[in-house]
Amino acid sequence: MTGVGMAPRDFLTDRLMLGLVVLVALVLGMPSLKPLFATLFPRLDRPLYEAESFVSLTLDHMALVGVSSLAAILLGGGAGIAVTRPWGREFRGLLETVATMGQTFPPVAVLALAVPVMGFGPEPALIALTLYALLPVVENTVAGLDGVPAPVLDSARGLGMGPAEMLFRVELPLAAPVILAGIRTAVIINVGTAAIASTVGAKTLGLPIIVGLNGSNQAYVIQGALIVAALAVVIDAGFDRLAGWLTRWSQR
Amino acid sequence: MTSRPLLHNRVALLMVLAAAVAAVALPFLGFAPNRLLSGRPVPLWAAAQGFDGAIALLPGLALLATPFLRPTRTGLGLTVVAGGLFTAGLVWLAGAQAAALAQGASAAARTSFASGFWVMAAAGLLTAIDAARRLGLGAIGRMAVGGAVAALVALQLASGHLDALSILKEYANRREIFADAVLRHAMLVAAALVPTLLIGIPLGVAAHRVQAVGRAVFPVLNVVQTVPSIALFGLLMAPLAALGAMLPGSGISGVGPLPAVIALTFYSLLPIVRNTAVGLDGVPAPVREAARGMGLTPGQIFLRVDLPLALPVFLSGLRITVVQAVGLAAVAALIGAGGLGAIMFQGLFANALDLVLLGAVPVILLAVAADALLSIGIAAATHSIGVLPGRSAP
Repeated sequence: MTGVGMAPRDFLTDRLMLGLVVLVALVLGMPSLKPLFATLFPRLDRPLYEAESFVSLTLDHMALVGVSSLAAILLGGGAGIAVTRPWGREFRGLLETVATMGQTFPPVAVLALAVPVMGFGPEPALIALTLYALLPVVENTVAGLDGVPAPVLDSARGLGMGPAEMLFRVELPLAAPVILAGIRTAVIINVGTAAIASTVGAKTLGLPIIVGLNGSNQAYVIQGALIVAALAVVIDAGFDRLAGWLTRWSQR
Repeated sequence: MTSRPLLHNRVALLMVLAAAVAAVALPFLGFAPNRLLSGRPVPLWAAAQGFDGAIALLPGLALLATPFLRPTRTGLGLTVVAGGLFTAGLVWLAGAQAAALAQGASAAARTSFASGFWVMAAAGLLTAIDAARRLGLGAIGRMAVGGAVAALVALQLASGHLDALSILKEYANRREIFADAVLRHAMLVAAALVPTLLIGIPLGVAAHRVQAVGRAVFPVLNVVQTVPSIALFGLLMAPLAALGAMLPGSGISGVGPLPAVIALTFYSLLPIVRNTAVGLDGVPAPVREAARGMGLTPGQIFLRVDLPLALPVFLSGLRITVVQAVGLAAVAALIGAGGLGAIMFQGLFANALDLVLLGAVPVILLAVAADALLSIGIAAATHSIGVLPGRSAP
């Protein structure tokens, strides 16, 4: 229902739509802002980052975040489900230890440590982002599945549901909002870490920022920073919308 | 008659298998003629030759038996000791082998930890911590196990046994820079903490008392928390540089510690404001009424009832803030704020991987140490108000 027949006023106050419009305008329209940056920074020879297009940097950034997050959701979700089953319970303590300890490790340090092990390029970034995103997903999958009330499970069992049917039709739908919150944390951290991943050789929206910082070109820094900030805000607003839908759906 | 199960600890079995595969298939150390060339792998069996090497790996033999030990206090205690000593022994072996390799090579030669070392060390440590959990030790007890292993490594560091390893060679070359970087890093975090607490605690109290304040403040802080750190640092640069140009002599600049501290403060506010408000929200109304009935003034109620009861929740906010700030301060090196991040990024930009380690490992250690210290503080605060019957219960 939302989104269809929306009044113009709602459209303007809607964080997701507004953010999306700003993001697309920034990504596509940055080249036409060249005169503005030339006026703001008259001493710069090149007031616009043109080594790569912002469209391709944005797509690469989103691909890195998307692939690593997807891998983390599959691996982390799977591990979270496994340790809440009777046969996997023994590994729960280990997984929780790793998830809690790992989250005290700063993401930028994890990213840097991937380089001595794997070298430079997009691969260490992908591995570091996946590993880091695993932790909140695991933590929230376990917490979400734990939070399913025992009477609900008993009555599902009473209805003759098997373990797999219970998992997919009762446990996961009820745990979905909590799991989604973990995925949101993971993705938002990854959007930021992917920007820093330009320092280990991945081409992302962090590249104009890093190049600008190293070459004292403030215009590059602002261009990269504006787009990556808009991207993060839009993705966060998207998760907000998704969480709203999910809560309504699971309360049906 | 039923036979007793042979396998008692599947976690230990998984860790032993991982360590065994790493011992056979992955390089233990890497040895390079200088720091720019990539090294040749040194497998564990080559590093562990001789009497000393065999002694260092003895805990590994004990570790092989741990999956089959019965889960008694003795069995689990042995598992904790075997796992911890295995990890410490690996470090010792790496130090000894690095010293041996250094004898026949030039001063520029580098011996560094390779993937096999990391996998085996993690397997030993995780086996020990998991066995400590099975023993019924709480978070503090498990931290003590980690601390004991860390102490064994620290002893080796202090004795000079590890000096031939590449990360320590880098350290020896940059002793003063490193000490300054650690201090600078801690100062950045501390400098952000002062305004965070001065603004955050009153805001949290206000959000607890007046709902409208919370409704206004939290969405803003949530959006700030969403913005990637490198973007916020970048966006603060231009306005601060312009301000500095308008106020010459003010010392305001777009690069250096000032934008870093401002950005760190923005990020640090959310956990402090939120946990101050949530902590105060959690103080039961009857307790406040009882205090009022006893004739306490509002000021006394705040200091003697609200504050101690809200303290554990507040401290967990502080823990999130400090751990987060330690990591963000590393990113701030990109805008010239200095600190350990400067060493780390210098290594990344110059393709000097030992330098990366010298920056990144202490960042992780600082974050883990801050987390451990504040966790102990939270446990103490919780214990003193007696809300929970001790965190160390199984």
